[in-house]
Amino acid sequence: MLRFIARRLMQMVPVLFVIATLTFFMIHLAPGGPFDTERNTTPEIQKSLDRYYGFNLPVYQQYFRWLGNALHGDLGPSFRYANRTVNELIAESFPISAELAFWALLIALALGLTAGVVASLRPNSATDYVASSFAMVGISIPNFVLGPLLVLIFALKLNWLHVSGWEYPTDRILPAVTLGALYAAYIARLTRGGMLEILSQDFIRTARAKGASNSRVILKHALRGGLVPVVNYLGPAAAALVTGSFAVETIFQIPGLGRNFVNAAFNRDYTMVLGAVLFYASFIIVFNLIVDVVLVWMDPKQKFE
Amino acid sequence: MSTLLRVENLRTYFHTRAGIGAVDDVSFSINSGETLGIVGESGSGKSVACLSLLRLIPSPPGRIESGRADFCGIDLLQCRDRELRAIRGNRIAMIFQDPMTSLNPYMRIGDQVMEPLNIHKRISSKDAWQRGVTALREVGIQDAERAMRSYPHEFSGGMRQRVMIAAALITRPALLIADEPTTALDVTVQAQILELIRKMQRDLGTAVIFITHDIGIVSGFCDRVLVMYAGRIVESATTSRIFYEPKHPYNQALQKSIPALHEKGETLHTIPGSPPDLSKPISGCPFAPRCEFAQEKCVTSTIALKEIADGHFSACLRIQLKEIDLTPGHLPEKALARKVNY
Amino acid sequence: MNAAGQTIGTDEALEEAERGTSLWRAAWQRLEKNKMALISAIILILIAFASFIGPFFLTQSYETQNLHLGAVSPGARHWLGTDTLGRDLFVRILYGGRVSMSVGFCATAVALIIGVFYGAISGFLGGKVDMLLMRIVDIIFALPFTVFVILLMVFFGRKFVLLFVAIGAVQWLTMARIVRGQVLSLRRQEFIEAAEALGLSKPRIIFRHMIPNALGPIIVYATLTVPAVMLLEAFLSFLGLGVQPPMSSWGVLIKEGAEVMEEFPWLLIFPGLVLAITLFSLNFLGDGLRDSLDPRASKDS
Repeated sequence: MLRFIARRLMQMVPVLFVIATLTFFMIHLAPGGPFDTERNTTPEIQKSLDRYYGFNLPVYQQYFRWLGNALHGDLGPSFRYANRTVNELIAESFPISAELAFWALLIALALGLTAGVVASLRPNSATDYVASSFAMVGISIPNFVLGPLLVLIFALKLNWLHVSGWEYPTDRILPAVTLGALYAAYIARLTRGGMLEILSQDFIRTARAKGASNSRVILKHALRGGLVPVVNYLGPAAAALVTGSFAVETIFQIPGLGRNFVNAAFNRDYTMVLGAVLFYASFIIVFNLIVDVVLVWMDPKQKFE
Repeated sequence: MSTLLRVENLRTYFHTRAGIGAVDDVSFSINSGETLGIVGESGSGKSVACLSLLRLIPSPPGRIESGRADFCGIDLLQCRDRELRAIRGNRIAMIFQDPMTSLNPYMRIGDQVMEPLNIHKRISSKDAWQRGVTALREVGIQDAERAMRSYPHEFSGGMRQRVMIAAALITRPALLIADEPTTALDVTVQAQILELIRKMQRDLGTAVIFITHDIGIVSGFCDRVLVMYAGRIVESATTSRIFYEPKHPYNQALQKSIPALHEKGETLHTIPGSPPDLSKPISGCPFAPRCEFAQEKCVTSTIALKEIADGHFSACLRIQLKEIDLTPGHLPEKALARKVNY
Repeated sequence: MNAAGQTIGTDEALEEAERGTSLWRAAWQRLEKNKMALISAIILILIAFASFIGPFFLTQSYETQNLHLGAVSPGARHWLGTDTLGRDLFVRILYGGRVSMSVGFCATAVALIIGVFYGAISGFLGGKVDMLLMRIVDIIFALPFTVFVILLMVFFGRKFVLLFVAIGAVQWLTMARIVRGQVLSLRRQEFIEAAEALGLSKPRIIFRHMIPNALGPIIVYATLTVPAVMLLEAFLSFLGLGVQPPMSSWGVLIKEGAEVMEEFPWLLIFPGLVLAITLFSLNFLGDGLRDSLDPRASKDS
């Protein structure tokens, strides 16, 4: 097991390297620069700015400079926000995105697991139909449609919640629901499918033949195997939640990494973009690793070379 | 010997679009400590009948249409779920055909063996563990402690079946229903498992219903035998009578086709035709299309299982009317030889 | 029973027997029974028809601005109301539908073609080639994709063609994987050995024998890719990165609607509803296709 983890971590290095390099050269190949839209600066100031940020150097030298710093953990200064470093910005905004993702995942699991299990207990019944349709709706409504709709109803018309912001605890509700709805739907479908598959297996019949009650059959026998598809999905899901919150953060004005990233892209804040990309990629890889480890623990039949 | 279980007029249908009557008016009884064999081809309804007793039929599409199953004063087919669950695994236990799929691959063996205890008895986990270990030893698993902690995929088919037996008998049930427990196993292992069941039965005094498609197996093993065909019982008698005095053409034909009973070089005997399509209603005797003795009245009259001699029942109309007499088919001596020391 | 004592069947039964039940026929029969899938298909056809053919019947263009009118709520004259520039919303939704649906289908087609070729070749050739090709797929898969698409669109300008490239660039990956999986399992089957023994050239085997048999999952996945692509396009448009004015897609309409939703909620609700219904129908249809092509994988087993 430890060897497996070590190997995966080592594989991470070349991947990140490729990603960083690709991104770097892509941004620098693109037309436009970070200061094109700035207010007028005198040529002298422009020159010293250039020197500070390294624009006077040829591209590949800039690359190595950045790479060297990055390997030491220094992702450089933000090109957009003077006096802020990328590290700072990430450290400030990532926890917010993470918190949003956390609540969204919680909601997704709570809704999705319940709906999925309930639907699987009585397949093709009215309950199943309702639950499955809800799931289908969740998949079909994009979050940038759902978000504004929820705001319209709950914030503007009913006045129960704030339109945007992140200051109050209740501010988490609408964004988390908006973000989590899609995943709740997928989780519901996966749970239903996984449970149905398990419930039709012979060993469930054996358990019933031993006198097990319905709840025992589900909790002790079915869930373990039935949830495997969901756990498989959690990896990509959590990664997507954390890294894909741009739209929700924009709609609800949440100061998370997603919004920072989008703004950085628009503003040609090279270092910020690079930093964010690297950060996202590392996060996804590590997270997937954790999920794989959990999977092995859950299903004793998995063997690794 | 008292009657442990009495089944009357059990009817179980599968409501698919075609509507299949899997078990049609089956009645039998078993006494405590007795071994009853139920023999029939695939589709004869033998498994469905016994699954119906514990209401383990998947409900859609199956449904128990009618009947009674009296077990110590409780009607298994009508009683409340809670009562039934108290009996399952506790007073009536069941083991199934395929040990590969009948054990939960995600749970340890120990948990699965102890499960009936945890469900039905108030018992400390230490005691449960001990009893689990003892149970595994009783079924011949040597390294019981280690086995308790292992997972099913680490064991062979024969071992898994032993585990199932251990789990089934750990609560000392009065009745064990064994649904083709050896069919999925190698021949050598088959003999071992049969011997094991026999031994447990002797030691614990459990009644056993043994379902199989292999009529040869029941010969050394069961006290009485029911022969089923197309969802009905066609003959029921003690084992020796079933073999030495067959009173139904199907039974006789079955025995004639046992390869072991033929001389080398003889052509093997088969029963021409195939079992009827149960989705269509059957008039008269279901075996008539394939029966060498069939007459028109076999198809037009209502057929019922009747006692034709003491304790010997047959559903053959012509036998009931004493029109034909099936002389014992092939050499009973060979049948005797088949009776290996189980 | 005819005069010679032979049993014959009715005409229909014989015809049915002659036609046989090929895999496709059986699948079609199952699909026909799936009401939701059928309804979804009908809805989709209606929407597509309305979007592509509808505008020819309309008097108003989507560009017709009526600044004096401003935003008007739904009524007799303007069925779904108008936006802040007085443009009829219904018309805009129809035209938007053209854009959204064409992007959806075309990008999916691109992803399909690339993915099928890539996957089939990788699976068929096997060995080191396969390993290499799949490693590439894995690496690309590991990249935070939305991130890259956003970067691509931002940095290289918001050209329509680029949109196709960006979207198609990731969707082909899963298709390649699926096709490769199918090819791998087909390869082990005997009819392929037979074809090779007969001396058929490799490309011929791939195209005439393997791909038709792998078609099932391909169709299913393609049907499920279309909504994913449409969603992605709408998302990009919502961020301002996708389709640019004067063209509009549903995503653009939603974005504009969200901006003024407090005063003119219909500008958000109707485009959002139409997009959601289209995605819903596509998803249901995809599910139905999957169930009908592989009943074992069906939810109702």
